[in-house]
Order: sequence, then C-alpha cells, then structure tokens
Amino acid sequence: MCGIAGYFASEGAFQDGHSVLGPMIGAIAHRGPDENGIYVDRNAGLGHMRLSIVGLGDGQQPMTSASGDLVISYNGEVFNYIELRDDLIAQGHHFRTSSDTEVILHLYEEMGPDCVTKLNGDFAFAIWDKKRRRMMLARDRMGVRPLFYTWQNGVLFFASEAKSLLTVPGIEAEVDVYALDQLFTLWAPISPRTIFKNILELQPAHLMLVEDQRSRTSPYWQLQYPQGQGTTQNRSENEVEEELLHLLTDATRIRLRADVPVGSYLSGGLDSSAVSAIAAKIVPNRLRTFSIRFESAEHDETAFQMQMVEALGTNHSALTCSGSDISNIFPAVVAHTERPILRTAPAPLYLLSRLAKSEGYKVVLTGEGADEIFAGYDIFREAKVRRFCATRPNSRIRPHLFRRLYPYLTGLQQQSPEYLAAFFGTDVDKLGDPLHSHRPRFRGTAAAKMFFSSELRAALKGYDATDDLASGLPKDYGRWHPLHQAQYLETSLLLPGYILNCQSDRMAMAHGLEGRFPFLDHRLVEFASRIPTGMKLKGLAEKHILKRAVRDLVPETIAARPKQPYRAPDSRSFMAGAIPDYVQESMSASAVSDTGLFNPVAVEKLLAKCARGNPAGYRDDSAFVGILSTQLWHQMFNRQSQQHAVAAE
Amino acid sequence: MTSNLKTQIRAFIIENYLFGDTSHPLDDATSLIENDIIDSTGVLELVTYLEDTFQISVHDSEIVPSNLDSISSIASYVASKTILQQSVA
Repeated sequence: MCGIAGYFASEGAFQDGHSVLGPMIGAIAHRGPDENGIYVDRNAGLGHMRLSIVGLGDGQQPMTSASGDLVISYNGEVFNYIELRDDLIAQGHHFRTSSDTEVILHLYEEMGPDCVTKLNGDFAFAIWDKKRRRMMLARDRMGVRPLFYTWQNGVLFFASEAKSLLTVPGIEAEVDVYALDQLFTLWAPISPRTIFKNILELQPAHLMLVEDQRSRTSPYWQLQYPQGQGTTQNRSENEVEEELLHLLTDATRIRLRADVPVGSYLSGGLDSSAVSAIAAKIVPNRLRTFSIRFESAEHDETAFQMQMVEALGTNHSALTCSGSDISNIFPAVVAHTERPILRTAPAPLYLLSRLAKSEGYKVVLTGEGADEIFAGYDIFREAKVRRFCATRPNSRIRPHLFRRLYPYLTGLQQQSPEYLAAFFGTDVDKLGDPLHSHRPRFRGTAAAKMFFSSELRAALKGYDATDDLASGLPKDYGRWHPLHQAQYLETSLLLPGYILNCQSDRMAMAHGLEGRFPFLDHRLVEFASRIPTGMKLKGLAEKHILKRAVRDLVPETIAARPKQPYRAPDSRSFMAGAIPDYVQESMSASAVSDTGLFNPVAVEKLLAKCARGNPAGYRDDSAFVGILSTQLWHQMFNRQSQQHAVAAE
Repeated sequence: MTSNLKTQIRAFIIENYLFGDTSHPLDDATSLIENDIIDSTGVLELVTYLEDTFQISVHDSEIVPSNLDSISSIASYVASKTILQQSVA
C-alpha cells in the first residue's frame, strides 16, 4: 500500500520529469513513509511512496521488468499473488523478488492489459510499456484504492490523491459545481467526476490505455445482478451459507498475507466480528484488535466490542472519541478526504487508524462491504416498507413500521402515521422510479442545497444530480429485483464514492495504514449478487444468510443484535464548548462571501441555530457539516492556500 | 385574524427552516414536505412553536399533514384551536 504518481507525454519529450515528480510524491508522503523512488525517461515518469508490507527487502518501486521494457508504480495488494506466481513460474517466468509487484509485471508480459482480470486485490497502478509506448492505468473492481488524473497540454498526469496533481505547475484547484451539487444530493460525486474541476478519477474496475496519441478507458469487470429473485434460487439456505462461509474464510485468509503483522478493527457489529473471528483462527499469535468508543451513549458500542474481545481472546486497544476530538481534527480529515463531507463519521476513523499505526500496525482487516452485498443497511428495509405501504395507501398501521427501522431517530419516533407516510414517500405511482429506494435520502440530503448562493444556483442552471445518476444506470438495471437495484446504488455509488474513499482508504492512509476488506473480495461480491433476495433481506431481517453463515463464529448476542449504523455526533461536536476559531472563521459572512458558494446570511443563522443547541436534525446536521467542510476544502485546495492543506495534515 | 396568523407563521418558517432566505418559493399553499422545507425534527419544532406562541395544546392525533403542511393549513388549524379553546374557557 503506497502512493503513486506519474505522467505520460505521448507527443514529444517531457523535460522536467524529476522536478515535477518530486513534489508530486512529496504531497502524498503520508501514504508511503518507508521508501520512495522515481523513474524518468524521455516520455514518461513514475513516482512511488512505499509502505512496505510484502517483499520488505526487495519490493522497491518503481520496478522495472527483467527485459527493461516495463516499469510499474503500484499502490495496493494482490492477495492471490502466491498462486499467480506459481502459475507464472510453471510457465517459465523467473522472479527476482518476492513481491506481488513483480507478479503484475510478469502477468502483463503474459496477458497484456487483460492481466487485471486475474488479480484478486485492491490496487491502483500504472505500467509504462516502453516498447509499445503505452501507459496503462488500472484500478481495482470495487474502488478501494484511489487514482486521479488530468490532462495538461497533451500530457497525462496521474496520482493516488488530487493534492499530488495540484503540485504540478499550471494545474489549479477549482470547484466543479456539478460535483458539489452531486455531493449535496447523493453524498458522492458521480464517477469519474470529482469535486476538482478538470481532475477525474479512474472509475473502479476500469483500465485506461494511452497510446498512439489516443486515450481509451473501458471497464474490465461489472457488478451484475440476475433478473428476478436470484440465480441460486434452487439451492437450500444450508448450501448457500456453506459456500458463503467458505468464500469469506478464504477471502480473509488471503488478506492475512503480509510480511508484517495484520490487526483487525472491531466495531461491535456482525461484520467486523465475523472477520475478526475468522482471522483469530488463522493468525499464529493472539489477534490484535482496535475499536472506537464514543462518549455519547447513542453512538457507543463498547459492550458489544468487549463481548467479541472476550470471545476471541484478542489483544485489544480502544480509544474514546469525544465531540471535541472530532472538532479538533476535522480540518485534517477534510485535507485527506479532499472533498466536502456531510457527516463527521470519517473523523473517529482517522483517530482509530492513528491508534493502530502508533501500536506498530501497518495493516488492518475491517468489515466494510458486508452491508452492501448482503443488504444490511436500513435503506434496504426502508425501501421494502415503502413498497409495502404503497400497496395500502390508506393504512394507518403500516407506516408504524418506519419507526421500527429507525429507533435512534427521536424525531421520527414521535410522528403520526400520516407524517411517516408523507416523509418516506409511499405513493404507489412512484414505484417505477429507478431511484425509488434512495429517493427519500436524496431528497433529504438535497434540502441542504437551500444554502447554495444565488450565483451557484445560476451556474447550475437547474441541474439535477438524480437525473444524471439515473441516466447512467446499466441497461439491465430495470429488470433487476428492487432490492438488487438498491444494492447496486449502494455498491456502485456510495461504497467507492463515500465509504471507501472518505472513511476507509483516506483515513487509514493519512497515517500510513492499509485497510483490507474481506467482504469486498470479488468472488464473494459476485456470489452475493446471485443469492436470492429473500435470503439476504428476509422479511425485515437484514443480512439473514450472513448471520446464519457465521452463527458459530460470534456470540449469539452479536449475531442477533439489530444493525446499528456507524454514526458520530455531527454539528454538536463543534458546539461542546467554545466554538472553535476555525469554525467561526470558515463560516463567517466574509469567508462565505469570498467562497461564493453559499448564502452568507443563511449560514450565519444556521451556525447560530446549532450554537443555541436547538434540535439539529438530519437536515441541519448535513448542512452544517457540508458547508463547514466545503469552506475548509476551498481554503485548503485553492492554489494560493496549497501550503495550508499540507500543513493541516 | 387568519391573515395575521399567516404572516407570523410565514416569518417563523422563513427564519427557522429557510434561514432567512426569502427567495425560496413559499406561498400560502406550498407543501412544506413536498418542497423539502420541513423534516421530522422540523415538525416537532413547529409544534413547539405553535404551542408556545399561540398558547394552544396540540394533541398527538392532530400532528398530521392535513393540519400542518402549509401556511394556510397551519393558520386554519391554529384559528380553529384558538376559537375552540376560547369557547371552552
């Protein structure tokens, strides 16, 4: 796990390779504190910051093939590299190192760009094929590792983080107003768009080939669901759960491959508990685990975490996160997310990764992905209840189910059935909406756009992010089961765009820590997509088949507990004592006017309302955190303030 | 009386839910839910405001969109409650 950067001038020579690549990799030094390297020739340059995990002594990068024809700069891990290496040796390949990096080079020699289809892992890499004069960029299937790029005067520049690109003379940070609208509606930009105008990301599961003065980007893998209920329909639950456990165990086993110790996060929920339980059986010594605790009881899961620690006998460390902890590190969090965020939830994970790193760990397993592929999130149950209500629009009983979904939302618990039905949109004529499952969330989030300035609204010219999202859905989407449609939206938009980017990769790599995600092994993702919907969401019981599969691995209290979404205190984190100076300054009328994105009078009133401690519901919280993070982002990443962004780290 | 009520209620909505933004379309019949002006927490804020400002008691069964989802409906509801309470008194 590392940071990569590079460029390719397909026409003519590029003169300033070293002077450009030095600052580029310097800006992402946090991703790879162990080693660094630069390769430069007439047309192309590759830079690398290394976090040494596999092949500690011989995996330096950029790495050149034995023939000298290929050079690679690679961020991530290929977990099946041992099997691939054995196959390649059997085919006559000779290896000089023990690293997974060299495996990719040999595989490319054998298969060309198609080599990515053989890789089981989390990666973003660039291969410079000197003979063919071809630069290839590739990114893993689920979008675990980031890769951004931009063009300037015919030269392609790319890097693990946007801040690296912003060190290149002439590349300026400018807000993409459409991406901002998407963030304030969907929680994430629609890939490949980013919040930086003219900087794109390589989409998950995509390849980019630049050769013959042409650039082609294409998918090498796609998330698919069967038509109707699911293709494992004729298999019993016992058979499905057996295969599920086998795949999850193998996915965890190969993610323990490293030349350094691997720890595990324990949230107290089912997913990380199951992964930790499997890992504890495989690692030779006591498993090392790490948890976040919250001062606020409504967010805290300590009791469940400790049940797992006792059940597995792990060597455990935990940190307690307060509101002031969140407010203290929030600017650094935004420096690493490199985008506005609508929740403070990444902040405690920033602190947790710092803890794991300070305890000497470079790699941790986590439970990310299970809620997407096995239908764990409340939104799946919510969509099902909305459909249920739509079939009896006058029922005063059915809307009570919404309260059951959200026991932690006090405002919702006190609503009448009529209001519940109105808030969640239970109209039968809306069932054909391709975004039906997510429409209430998108609408609720977009309410924060009332703070947009008149100038920003004018620039958007009536743009609708949900229309944009709907227009890019796969052609088979309409034939999928509604649950699979909802799972697709979570897995293809929110998972890479928010969860993996803002909560996982960036918060871990801020401290040079690599997160590994067994549930995102593509074999498991593909298998889960074929499981009948009724085995995933059985009635209103989420992750039914996963709970069955791991019931012998975790205590009954963990398996039976209702899903508790990971949340952190939002606006009130900043209001615990005196409001921090940076919040006052960032949200002041003058700062908001300077940025030009929000209505300064409205922002002032929002800040005052939150400071008074008035009920700050979902809308106020989203607006507050979204505006604050946008203001901070603008201060950090506009060209003049570039140094501030680095200093904030 | 209703006209005065509407003015007061409109001012509350603009200040509390639209944060002073008077450019937001808001006529007497504008649905607060359909136009994403109010959420579940906002409904509770509205009830508290009505009880405190107009000295009325809002029963749980009356917290429904037909009473509270527009300036007109809120004003009518408050007026009817006020008349009712005066007649009881």
